[in-house]
Amino acid sequence: MSGRKGLVGFCKRNRHILYIMPWLMGFLMFQGLPMLWSLICGFSDFHLFRGISQWGLQNYTAILSDAAALRAIGITLLYTCITVPLKIMLGMAVAYLLHTSLKGIGIFRTLYYLPSILGSSVAAAVLWKALFRDGGVVNQLLQMVGLSPVAWLAEPNTALWVVILLRVWEFGSPMVLMLAAFQQIPHTLLDAARLDGAGAVSIFFRIQLPMISPVVFYSAMLQICTALQEFNAPFIITDGGPMGSTTLISLLIYRHAFSRYEMGYASALAWVLFLLTAVCVGLYLLLGKRLVFWEQEEPR
Amino acid sequence: MKRRQRHALLRYLLLTLGAFVMIYPLLWLVSATFRSNSEIFSAAGLIPTAPTLEGWRNAFADYGGQINLLRAMGNTYAYVLPKVLLTLISTTLTAYGFARFQFAGKRLFQILLYCTLFLPQTVLYVPQFVLFEQLGWVDSPLYLPLVVPGALAGETALVVMMIQFFRNIPKVYDEAASLDGCHSLQLLWYVLLPMLKPVLITCGVLQLLWSVNDYMGPLLYVKTPSRYPISVYVKLSMDADSGFAWNRVLAVCCVAMLPQIIMYFIAQRRSDMPIAAGGIKM
Repeated sequence: MSGRKGLVGFCKRNRHILYIMPWLMGFLMFQGLPMLWSLICGFSDFHLFRGISQWGLQNYTAILSDAAALRAIGITLLYTCITVPLKIMLGMAVAYLLHTSLKGIGIFRTLYYLPSILGSSVAAAVLWKALFRDGGVVNQLLQMVGLSPVAWLAEPNTALWVVILLRVWEFGSPMVLMLAAFQQIPHTLLDAARLDGAGAVSIFFRIQLPMISPVVFYSAMLQICTALQEFNAPFIITDGGPMGSTTLISLLIYRHAFSRYEMGYASALAWVLFLLTAVCVGLYLLLGKRLVFWEQEEPR
Repeated sequence: MKRRQRHALLRYLLLTLGAFVMIYPLLWLVSATFRSNSEIFSAAGLIPTAPTLEGWRNAFADYGGQINLLRAMGNTYAYVLPKVLLTLISTTLTAYGFARFQFAGKRLFQILLYCTLFLPQTVLYVPQFVLFEQLGWVDSPLYLPLVVPGALAGETALVVMMIQFFRNIPKVYDEAASLDGCHSLQLLWYVLLPMLKPVLITCGVLQLLWSVNDYMGPLLYVKTPSRYPISVYVKLSMDADSGFAWNRVLAVCCVAMLPQIIMYFIAQRRSDMPIAAGGIKM
């Protein structure tokens, strides 16, 4: 970019490296090296103020016998296994309904996506907390239809569902991907099926679903990755409670790292989460690959 | 024909019903800000029986500290907007480098790039915190820990999206431009960027939404109350007031959400991209 002589030639010869330089620097400084550092740190008892006194596998053995950590892993998996399918199915159902050229459909598309704009914001979580409070809207609606109110946020059985429902409410991101996929299915295919007398149900299962399956596959993978890392919603709505029932791994990492300053243990936990993500995605790729209809080429 | 109309009607009915359920919490939020605190948790309807501006008045008052709602909003956008601009510049340059040049080691860099797409941010909190602490960036008045990683093309999802768009532009433009004597930067600026306008808008909107929504970052790296951004302020407000002044908390939430929603509608009108691209992350 500089116009100085001498530099010009150098820049011309190495322009490709110069172009990716911002990313390369950022990657090394904020992603690659910190990642390695955290791997090494996981094998120490690094404390932010007391430093390191011991190296070894003690963090990992401690995690295996730490009931809170094992429970958090279980809750995180449960949370992911419920949230992701619900989000994907709801997203698909709404995308199916929105995939039409009826008048005013754009308004609906906008409205359904609106909650997703709020994403992981604190404000959405606070709103959710207000909705599910003792006298909140949800309980009032329950009473209106004659059911007894539920202490959503105080019961260990229901608190996780409150968090799940917030994320399911924000199903817009898989929805828009699937809507785009529905729209890309060639009309000729659908017309041919209709001429052959296929009904809406069989068209959906025999043609549309296979055609959008790569997108479903991809967005579910993204959703798994985000769900495993969920932090804001449980932190704000329930702060991990009641009785640890919404303590996902990320909350545990946060507490160990930034309330107790046990950076070594927190790093080990973070790597457990990382490996868990890798295993989940790996398993998902292995199992899911067969269910997906790949139109032209097999995936790698 | 009749059957078709019935189907359309059914579809509208289902969609309206669903949209109502989706939007109801937001409508309730707005109506709750105009209620008295005793009324908020006693009626599920949307029309306040005795509308009051108490919540809104209190929302703009401070909590006795050096921070208030408007200041928190100002703080947020004061660092998020430069961050978005820097993100766009660095992301464009990086994507351009990856999409248009062949060089030794490109494959390796590309693999690293795609790996970071699936790298959980959670793993990075501890080492990044220690790094920023060492650099003395914690509580920096320029919000360096929040701005710099983004400014160095840290949002991999955006880089990947941008690369795809560069690839969709035929290379004949490049050839024509270089025949006319353009060097690579001129080519990017005068020829390719105008074609990339929709994707630039999209990337900007997404980065803005993600940055404003980010809570963990400010929680860790902003310690001085007068510098709190809105996400921390909303949490502060909730902690201070939940239990008695919900109309105030909800009014604060309303203000926090408003710019994002307005911006979404504007971006939506400018190009159809943002909605379709929203799926790349989150």
